[in-house]
Amino acid sequence: MLRPTVGGERVVAADGSTLRELIQNVDNRHPGFAGQLLESDGGQRRFVNIYVNDEDVRYLKGLETPVAEGDVVSILPAVAGGR
Amino acid sequence: MTSTNGTTSTNGTVKGAALTLDQARRYARHIILPEVGPIGQRKLLASKVLVIGAGGLGSPVALYLAAAGVGKLGIVDYDNVELSNLHRQIIHGHANIGRPKVDSVRDRLADVNPDVEVVTYNELLTSENAMDIIKDYDVVVNGLDNFPGRYLVNDACYLLKKPLVDGTLFRFEGRANVFLPGHGCYRCLFPSPPPPGAVPSCAEAGVLGAMCGVIGTIQAVETVKLLLDLGEPLVNRLLLFDSLTMEFREVKIPRDPECPLCGDNPTIHELIDYEAFCGAPVTTLG
Repeated sequence: MLRPTVGGERVVAADGSTLRELIQNVDNRHPGFAGQLLESDGGQRRFVNIYVNDEDVRYLKGLETPVAEGDVVSILPAVAGGR
Repeated sequence: MTSTNGTTSTNGTVKGAALTLDQARRYARHIILPEVGPIGQRKLLASKVLVIGAGGLGSPVALYLAAAGVGKLGIVDYDNVELSNLHRQIIHGHANIGRPKVDSVRDRLADVNPDVEVVTYNELLTSENAMDIIKDYDVVVNGLDNFPGRYLVNDACYLLKKPLVDGTLFRFEGRANVFLPGHGCYRCLFPSPPPPGAVPSCAEAGVLGAMCGVIGTIQAVETVKLLLDLGEPLVNRLLLFDSLTMEFREVKIPRDPECPLCGDNPTIHELIDYEAFCGAPVTTLG
């Protein structure tokens, strides 16, 4: 669902020391990316999960979760398909 | 001896009749597994599983659970078989186009394994009937395609303390996990549904037919593991599969202490209006 906003890529590299900086970094290159993940007030959308490595950032420090070189950030929107 | 699924009594005796000669032959390759054996097979024959949605995921789930000898299978779906279902909903055949899916499933499963009692619910699962339908089953398997239905099944299973084996599909990807009451729920994973239209359905986005087999079969495996207390089910972890890269990964699903359903101070004690919650109609389509 997010891939069209990043040119169809499955994986994109990004810089930043926190998750929020990382998202902004991607958004600078792919405008509209952050809007898919964040509410208008800047908070994380509740139907889009973000993981640093395999940890849900809601249970870490949210968008202020620190990220380091080599960390893998995964974005999983809710999907309902079963048909 | 105790069992999470209730198929073993507290004094260690096994529920279910002794195997017949035909059953010993039919299930020989289960029985030869030390982890299953004749006692495990009797457990399966005494087990009751509800499959919600007789579509892409429900097809392999129902076929494998019936073949495995799960004694009672409930099937919930109010839809009819359509031509566009057949590229992935492998339990239905061309001759069943236009028939209720639950009738198609019942006929197919009778041929797969006459040991299995199939109970069909050709109706919409709602806040009014969900508790009644789910309460008699040991495990529930989710093969729904919409958010209101997913929150409804999640809440009903948690309130009834039933394990829920979940699965979802999107294009070339799939996800599977198990929600055990007390170990997190769908609301811990996704606290709120997306606004209507924000996330495309399989009908809108498409799905590779064989993906239903991958994820549905994982759901069937997880169900048998739960019924037999085997191994490490996908509890507190979400399995992610990308068929384009053939990668399996996992992420964690913690229980949310602030979850309104299963948290420390719950506010949801009964089923709610899921159409209002999600802003979209409930459909019990699989």
